[in-house]
Amino acid sequence: MSVLSPVIAIVMTLILGAVLFTALGVNPAQALYVYFVEPVTQLWSLEELVVKAAPLALIAIGLALCYRANVWNIGAEGQFTAGAIFGSAIPILLPDWDSWMVLPLMLILGVIGGMLYAAIPAILKNRFGANEILTSLMLSYIALLVLDWLVRGPWRDPGSFNFPQSVTFSDAATLPLLVSDGRLHVGVLFAVLAALIAAIRLSFSVQGFAIEVAGNAPRAARFSGFSQKRITLSVFLISGGLAGLAGICEVSGVLNQLRPEISPGYGFAAIIVAFLGRLNPLAILLAALLLALSYIGGEGAQAELAVSSTVTRLFQGFLLLMILGCDTLIAYKIRLVTSRSHASGEAARG
Amino acid sequence: MVDWPVVAAIVLTIVTASTPLLLAALGEVVAERSGVLNLGVEGMMAIGAVSGFAATHATGSTFAGVIASAIGGMILAVPFAVLVINLSVNQVATGLSLTLFGLGASAMIGDKYVGVPGIKLPQLHIPGLSDIPFIGPVLFGQDGLVYFSVVLTIAIGWFLTRSRGGLVLRAVGDNHDSAHNLGLSVLGVRWAAVLFGGACAGLGGGYLSLGYTPLWTENMTAGRGWIAVALVVFASWRPARVLVGAYLFGAVTILGFHAQGMGLAIPSQFISALPYLATVVVLVIISGNKAMLRANTPACLGKPFVPTR
Amino acid sequence: MQDLAAAAADHGVQPLLRADGLTKRFGALTACDHIRFEIQPGEVHALLGENGAGKSTLVKMLYGALEPDEGQIVWNGQPVRIGSPAEARRLGIGMVFQHFSLFEALSVAENIALALPHLPRRTLADTISRVSKSYGLPLDPRSTVADLSVGERQRVEIVRCLLQEPRLIIMDEPTSVLTPQEVDLLFVTLRRLSSEGVAILYITHRLSEVLALANHATILRRGKVVETADPAQETAGSLARMMVGSEVLGIERPPAVTGTRKPRLVLSNLSLSAEGQFGTPLSGIDLTVNAGEVVGIAGVAGNGQQEFFDAVSGERTAATDQAILIDGVQVGRRGVNARRKLGAAFVPEERMGHGAVSNFRLSENVILTRHATDNEVARGGFLHRRIARDVEERVGERYDVRRSTADPKAGSLSGGNLQKFVVGREIDRSPGVLVVSQPTWGVDAGAARTIRSALVDLARGGAAVLVISQDLDEIFEIADRIAVLSEGRLSTLYPAESLTMERIGLLMGGIHGEQAGEDAPAALKDSSHAS
Repeated sequence: MSVLSPVIAIVMTLILGAVLFTALGVNPAQALYVYFVEPVTQLWSLEELVVKAAPLALIAIGLALCYRANVWNIGAEGQFTAGAIFGSAIPILLPDWDSWMVLPLMLILGVIGGMLYAAIPAILKNRFGANEILTSLMLSYIALLVLDWLVRGPWRDPGSFNFPQSVTFSDAATLPLLVSDGRLHVGVLFAVLAALIAAIRLSFSVQGFAIEVAGNAPRAARFSGFSQKRITLSVFLISGGLAGLAGICEVSGVLNQLRPEISPGYGFAAIIVAFLGRLNPLAILLAALLLALSYIGGEGAQAELAVSSTVTRLFQGFLLLMILGCDTLIAYKIRLVTSRSHASGEAARG
Repeated sequence: MVDWPVVAAIVLTIVTASTPLLLAALGEVVAERSGVLNLGVEGMMAIGAVSGFAATHATGSTFAGVIASAIGGMILAVPFAVLVINLSVNQVATGLSLTLFGLGASAMIGDKYVGVPGIKLPQLHIPGLSDIPFIGPVLFGQDGLVYFSVVLTIAIGWFLTRSRGGLVLRAVGDNHDSAHNLGLSVLGVRWAAVLFGGACAGLGGGYLSLGYTPLWTENMTAGRGWIAVALVVFASWRPARVLVGAYLFGAVTILGFHAQGMGLAIPSQFISALPYLATVVVLVIISGNKAMLRANTPACLGKPFVPTR
Repeated sequence: MQDLAAAAADHGVQPLLRADGLTKRFGALTACDHIRFEIQPGEVHALLGENGAGKSTLVKMLYGALEPDEGQIVWNGQPVRIGSPAEARRLGIGMVFQHFSLFEALSVAENIALALPHLPRRTLADTISRVSKSYGLPLDPRSTVADLSVGERQRVEIVRCLLQEPRLIIMDEPTSVLTPQEVDLLFVTLRRLSSEGVAILYITHRLSEVLALANHATILRRGKVVETADPAQETAGSLARMMVGSEVLGIERPPAVTGTRKPRLVLSNLSLSAEGQFGTPLSGIDLTVNAGEVVGIAGVAGNGQQEFFDAVSGERTAATDQAILIDGVQVGRRGVNARRKLGAAFVPEERMGHGAVSNFRLSENVILTRHATDNEVARGGFLHRRIARDVEERVGERYDVRRSTADPKAGSLSGGNLQKFVVGREIDRSPGVLVVSQPTWGVDAGAARTIRSALVDLARGGAAVLVISQDLDEIFEIADRIAVLSEGRLSTLYPAESLTMERIGLLMGGIHGEQAGEDAPAALKDSSHAS
């Protein structure tokens, strides 16, 4: 049953795609092929798929923990950016430092940057009750503007002919590749590792249990001796740290420099990934691949069919609406069926 | 000496920066008073902006554009209403997805309008009155939507406190079970409120692409929909306070740019960040006053209503 | 309303309302099974039954909130289909709900205007003042409902109902939230309405109220009408037999141990701020619960019970450590798990969402209160779900928790079964101190008996048991000593035998100390109340 609704949602999105492409005057079969099949037929695009899925998965795993605890962090884009900025400080400010320590330090700083930035909405919520949805989102806009300022101002590469970009990172500051050529960097492993750890801790640890209780029944969480505030802070810190890690990996492993646009909306697409993966860390890995497919397919469609890549974002948004709808429809149907087969004393009293 | 024409120009830009916030936030007040938290305002604004621009482009009439923007926002509110009201889906998640969907759809629809010059909403000109220094352009030289937004504020204020319809709306937002027991149509009231909210958000978006900057760019709403949602909290769900709040935010946005224009050496990015920062600060201040918030928050806000057969 | 009575008299024996084979099914469960009964104009008709007997479902059908699957309603000789509450009101059927159906953020006048769209709003406030005064239910139409007491809210409901000039008023458990004195006042109003020709359908599970008020009684059991009785011919015992279907057994209550008297739970000068805007702050509470006894805390809802439970359980901590002692250890500022580690256990009033998580399996609900205290269930930060399932199995068997599958979700259990589980889960830990709030709220008689026996047995085994309950019958059945919580203050403890209903009522009304103390000897004299 838990597989059913994402599948229905994906099918519905494909149908929408077919209708949309027809309306745009493009052969729908060909378009859907370019969008969703072609990327998985070639080795380089498969690699690209994994490289794009990695940050989505890292962020979405953290978001899933938040959403399970009923904490609405939607500022992952900002935490991703903060991680990228923090981690990039080393190669940009100390471009000549060549040491094995550079990379680990960058990664650690990236995680810290994301955590610190995520701590703001958490603390504002705990201390003042400020709505975390709005604060975390506003902070995202601010982070993007700060990045913009940095790469156009103090951190701009003097030799860049006024292009808004930082210096290119040295080899010491570049994530090593998993295979000798191509683009598959070791950051991908972090995503898999994070998914495994999150899955185990969610099912078997007391902290995972605390997150579930807090998300299901805040009053019961208090009764169980869990502090809502501590849970809010910790899921924010974890998701911020993962988003920050994704940010620094993207900069260090893919872009090799800071630019005003380091993310094609990963922080927001990860929300969709989290829901598509049913907030389950392992399923999120699959969901991230699917969303990554839509990015690459969008690029392909633009190149081959002259269809604007903006279609991608439409698909992503529609997919999320469909998942939410299907989830409820299916759950609703099951409720109807069970209430018919089980005699419930509550109903009589109701 | 005060340079009155310059001050008037500043005030005019503040008004144009504030009006989209005001329109969108007014719609959200109505929706939230009925108990529905719609976080899709940003998406509905984006759709309103693109549909207003497209309709104006196609017909050459800004009036048609304004109507189209309202309809666009309302249409986007439909899937939200189905999911949230009829299927009781989590309102936060659905609102988020509505925003993502609306931004994506608007980007796609608007793709062919990027770089196309638009038509600006005509400004009122009353010979004589509009020519009075300072007062003239500020009071008698705005476009129609500005006046409409002020009238709408008063109308919604009246509706909520004085009319029976408003009483029913507040009742549904306060306790949907009791409202249902009384025979009031909870779902009907909420549908109407959400559609109205969508139309208002659409209008707010339309004002962006027709009045604020008459052109279309992707993501031109730039978080204004979210600021509008925050404004509703800031205003503790009261239309008159929404007006004050919207104009405060408009002023913060515009004064920053003027400060920069006057030679203050602040990077433009920091000026652009001001409204977002202001939103965070305002939320913190408002949320600190828990008693006031609790007394004003619609008790059923965000809670799904499942009729007991 | 006088002419209504006259009109009814003209019709002679025609019943005002007749239920003709009303049936309602929910899935496999038949909540109401071919219900037949009649209400005559101007009579007080009691609908008596246990929790879960189908009373609420029946009433919802009469009030148009539920559609019957079979059967029909005959109103004044005419078969009618009542499709909505609004239609019921148009016919002349008014309803006062058990859980109030008021809008807290709105004023009294606005609340009433919502139900009466045809009344002119301008004169409504005056009408409310006049009608409410004339029935002895004075109300200020401008005040906000959120600021009213429970009793006043009920007045709003009744006045709202009266303004519709109904010929039948349905009252669903109206006294469950009132002090005995308020109940008396309500009965005066009801008798007056009845004398004016308004029929009253009075839903209750309290036998004494049926005897005191009703002209006729229809008794429901498991969705069926099992008996129609004339209360004048019956006793509480005979009514109870009809309601439960067998001889009603009191629980075995061996006398409290008098020898040792070791204090296990001591509260001294405990104060706590109000929870939320409408809460009640606690001030200066002193209480000692000894080993081997059950202490009952009586009081009308909303007098600080929530704060009291939170303070004792540690969900909210007190200002000083000395305020609360468990087995001599100061725990005032320590959390709920620190107190559990000292052998205390807690059962909150709300089962769903507080004492248990409905989405969780029963075994996971075992973890809920044990993860910090039970090394078997959680060790080194990791859960041992198998052990939790063993506990679930044990509790389920010992306390007769009926489950449809192995280890079901808490939400799938009926209220009574879940309550047995939640209480059993705590008793299974063999606690030295057990604090229970509303142990049998909304629970059928069988489960209530199981739970009450378990509480008394636990105490007799050496534990200190503190029961917070609004149900006076329950308090008298199990408590050895009783105190009353009123407006956040706790009265002194009285031996149960020394208290009468009247005396408790005075204490509930906030009459402490001197006044209540003076008539103590009188109360002691007629201490016949022990049911």
